[in-house]
Amino acid sequence: MIRGFAARLAWREGRAAYGRLTVFVSSIALGVGSLVAIHSFRADVQRSIGEQARTLLGADVRVSSNRAFPETFDAVLDSMAEQDREVARTTTLVSMVLDTRSQGIRLLQVQGVASGYPYYGEVTSTPDAAWAEIHEGPSVVADPAVFIQLGAAVGDTLLIGEARFVLRGEVTGLPTELGFQTAIGPRVYISLDRLPSTGLLTFGSIARYHANFRMPEREDRDEFWDRNGELLDANQLEFTTAGIRAQEMSSAVEDFSRYLGLMGLTALFLGGIGVASAINVYIREKVVSVAVLRCLGALQGTIFTAYLLQAAGLALIGSILGVGLGTAVQWGLPLALAGVLPAGVTTQVSWLALGAGVALGVWVAIMFALGPLLEVRGVSPLIALRHDFEPAKRTDFRRIGAFLLLALTLVGLTVLEAPTPDQGIRFAAALGGVGLSLWAMARVLILAARRFFPHRMSYPIRQGVSNLFRPRNQTVSVTLALGFGAFVIGTVGLVEASLTQAFTLEAGAGRWNLLLFDVQPDQRESVESFVGSRSSGPLEVTPLVPSQLSAINGIPVETLLTLPEGERPSSWAMRREFRHTYRAELSGSEVMVAGDWWDDEVAVGGDGGGRGTGAERVSGDGVAGIARISMEVELAESLRVGLGDHVTWDFAGVPVESRITSLRSVDWARFETNFYVIFEPGVLEEAPQTAVILARVDGEQERAELQRDLVVRFANVAVLDLSLLQQTIDAILRQANQGIRFLGVFSTVAGVLVLIGALATSRYQRMRESALLKTLGATRRVILQILTVEYAVLGSLATTAGLVLAIGAGWMMARTVFEVPFRLDLVRIGGVWLWVTAVTVVVGLIGSRGALSRPPLAVLRDVAG
Amino acid sequence: MIRAEGLSKTYMSGGQPLRVLDRVDLHLEPESFVAVVGPSGSGKTTLLGLLAGLDEPTEGTVTVAGQNLQALTEDGRARFRAENIGFVFQTFHLLATLTALENVMVPMELRERASRETGRSIRARAMALLERVGLADRASHYPAQLSGGEQQRVALARAFANEPRILFADEPTGNLDRKTGQRVVDLMEELNQERRTTLVLVTHDVDLAARAHRTISLEDGRVVADERNRANPEEGRAAKRDGRSDNEPSGPSKQGGP
Repeated sequence: MIRGFAARLAWREGRAAYGRLTVFVSSIALGVGSLVAIHSFRADVQRSIGEQARTLLGADVRVSSNRAFPETFDAVLDSMAEQDREVARTTTLVSMVLDTRSQGIRLLQVQGVASGYPYYGEVTSTPDAAWAEIHEGPSVVADPAVFIQLGAAVGDTLLIGEARFVLRGEVTGLPTELGFQTAIGPRVYISLDRLPSTGLLTFGSIARYHANFRMPEREDRDEFWDRNGELLDANQLEFTTAGIRAQEMSSAVEDFSRYLGLMGLTALFLGGIGVASAINVYIREKVVSVAVLRCLGALQGTIFTAYLLQAAGLALIGSILGVGLGTAVQWGLPLALAGVLPAGVTTQVSWLALGAGVALGVWVAIMFALGPLLEVRGVSPLIALRHDFEPAKRTDFRRIGAFLLLALTLVGLTVLEAPTPDQGIRFAAALGGVGLSLWAMARVLILAARRFFPHRMSYPIRQGVSNLFRPRNQTVSVTLALGFGAFVIGTVGLVEASLTQAFTLEAGAGRWNLLLFDVQPDQRESVESFVGSRSSGPLEVTPLVPSQLSAINGIPVETLLTLPEGERPSSWAMRREFRHTYRAELSGSEVMVAGDWWDDEVAVGGDGGGRGTGAERVSGDGVAGIARISMEVELAESLRVGLGDHVTWDFAGVPVESRITSLRSVDWARFETNFYVIFEPGVLEEAPQTAVILARVDGEQERAELQRDLVVRFANVAVLDLSLLQQTIDAILRQANQGIRFLGVFSTVAGVLVLIGALATSRYQRMRESALLKTLGATRRVILQILTVEYAVLGSLATTAGLVLAIGAGWMMARTVFEVPFRLDLVRIGGVWLWVTAVTVVVGLIGSRGALSRPPLAVLRDVAG
Repeated sequence: MIRAEGLSKTYMSGGQPLRVLDRVDLHLEPESFVAVVGPSGSGKTTLLGLLAGLDEPTEGTVTVAGQNLQALTEDGRARFRAENIGFVFQTFHLLATLTALENVMVPMELRERASRETGRSIRARAMALLERVGLADRASHYPAQLSGGEQQRVALARAFANEPRILFADEPTGNLDRKTGQRVVDLMEELNQERRTTLVLVTHDVDLAARAHRTISLEDGRVVADERNRANPEEGRAAKRDGRSDNEPSGPSKQGGP
């Protein structure tokens, strides 16, 4: 029955409090909202991927390679076709495409598609028949972006390599493509049969070959693998099925959504701080009521239960509102992230996510409220007689327990939400560290305000500053709330700035802005002189020599691949196709880690007439016939090799033995031509190779002209205009950021709410003080000045604290998570600082409006009542 | 009814011990009406708090209705208060978020289990009490909608809700004008006599103190005077048996003191 009394008291007391605890409810609603949105969205994407697995691949099975299929596999494909098995090949490469009418020119992806593909999902085009028409005559269809980039129109003639195609229409929906893929590299589609006529499939060209199979029955797929698995492995052909693809995509989405989930959790925790702050002030206001109840004979537990029930009720209301909000956002997320999601994500209410959201919201709110709520247990009934009575402070083990429970909740939830438990623990530790640092900074602020009190300043300033350390001040909770909000906004901003800088290709004058690749050896001289005459700086020419690994320390790769898991070098590293180069100097993106670079000792190249392999040369170590190489340190780890190890490479059938004489680390994020393996000069000069040329041509018009002229004279040479690529990368980054910001908004709004809560719930205290000051003769102007000083000092210092921590976190995230150089964007930081401080002052003054406008007697009466 | 022996209370103030009550011995008879008077800081409220079990003495013991309060836990003392003690405060201390009726119901609901009383009966009893203090028509009003006098009358109804054996009143007229205060005290006395409650009243008001059967004066934490103004009902009945008049004061007597 006492429990019944607690429930009744909770309800009766709550009736009047619910309005004042709006902040409590909103804080939880926001936190739950962001988490539910992410969880429901994750469920949507995974369900959609599962449902559309085959459509996303366009087939049941796909075999892929970066080289033309070997004859043995071609034979398999032919025999299957003869048995009327459904097989469709596709080949994708990049090439310059010129619209002969508009003269628009771009580097585009060219996909040769065999008739029948895709087997699943419907390709839509405008006009409807356009997609089918590519198999009739020299026709081409293109992604919408191509039309914009080339200024093309249906009916135009497109020059692709050496062949001309009539543009038949626009592909409006290809279920196998992800939005961002077509954004990065818009495509044109031609019949596979006509691909050879372009003359683009030359040596060293970057092309990808696929064979797509329709095999709806599992037995057929298993049989295919049983029959051909060894052949595929031996030829390093990749095998995938719709199921595997769906799983890969699903796990990519899972990882991404888990990172987003951590942001959602941050919003929820921020909401938790709002709850703690609101409850804290609420309980302080209730102290006399609690004391009276104690006088009347209410037990500590009964009163505590009543307020706990109130908090739980509010948390439930907030969580239900949050679930509604989250569901609304769930419908918006696919739009915000359209570019990075597979097409056809459908939205469905996930009852599990909704239920979990409510449970989580209530639990987190109670955990945060528990500490302040436990204070009611310590309220002495004597306060009913003597308002100023302060009971002696005692160690409250219940509060320590509540704090531990809260810490356990935070760690548990982050571990569950993070991609890996390890990341979860680190994330929780980081959040805890931020919270503790802010708390410590707030304590320092209180001490500093007291210690360095501005005795000589005017009264409003002195009063404003002294408000920071007066009894029952809000300095700690406001610093925590504001600091945390500023921390989240600042960190997101700095990471974004660092990423943007890392992906800025053209960093000022003097840098290259055109990248020419696939330059054949016989074209090299003429292309160099052609481009060199228009380039405003010297060209950088880098040879690319394709090769494969054939042996390590004399043991063939085939043997190494049979070694047990723990002893085997990475199969990925052993099977991949490498593109090596040779040069005398290190590039700007490389740092030596071990061994020596071949400074002055340039080998004597080859026998002059051969392909440069097995060259007679004089090397530093005096070992003749073995080329020195420098290997990238992570590759060396994957291959389990180090300095002095011998590696044999296969250059188009010719073996070349090399010895690792140095290890380098490479900053892959820097825009340079970076390599895993660099040969010393004098070895590969005569090997079959292509070249990459970097040039700088000023003026958009000039670059366009150069590309047009190039494509006419050297059809196979591809030119990448980095300034255009930059625009694309920016667009992609913007899209990804949009998703993150979308959730960042939750944290930001939650931060503001916490602030409103911290300030608004102490409004009565401020009103009382202001009323007293008015009674003593202070004008509205003076009160306004006092409040402005207090909020400005509090806001600016709390924001500074949050931003200092954000700089640390931004630096760490940029360096360790995204592996890009950190950029301290002071303008952005300054903007956040100004914004949050201004919001603090505005919210503070709005919250105190009663103190300014109402007559002092009314306030004093109200407050006393 | 109430017995205090060697009662002392020391608080720490600015790091220094401050003795607010100093070895007070008291014995209050059942159904007596005792006024505790004294200047500000003399220890009146502290004494009231200790007698009601709101705080623990530094030294000494308090026995109320045969129960040694120091032997009880904090919650034990709360239960004891719910059963035996009523309070009236200077600032009324009605729960602002509860209606007048709900305020009166609180003490009854707190001992709902012990009394096995139903919600309906509680409501009826609370309503009857409000009627008794003349506020039946204000039952659904919140404290903020009541005048000071009305609030104190609701507080009185609340104080008598569980028919306590002792009523502690801390400056009950301190926040009321003279006329209203007078009416509240009249009502308090009537209820006290009707329900045969022991009334302990802390006040500055000499006139109000004069209405008590006995006045205990405190100064610097010590009892400096203990005067009997008139016989309490129990004594009155005894006096009648002895042939004395009801209104005849039992005469001043000194007790305790420095």
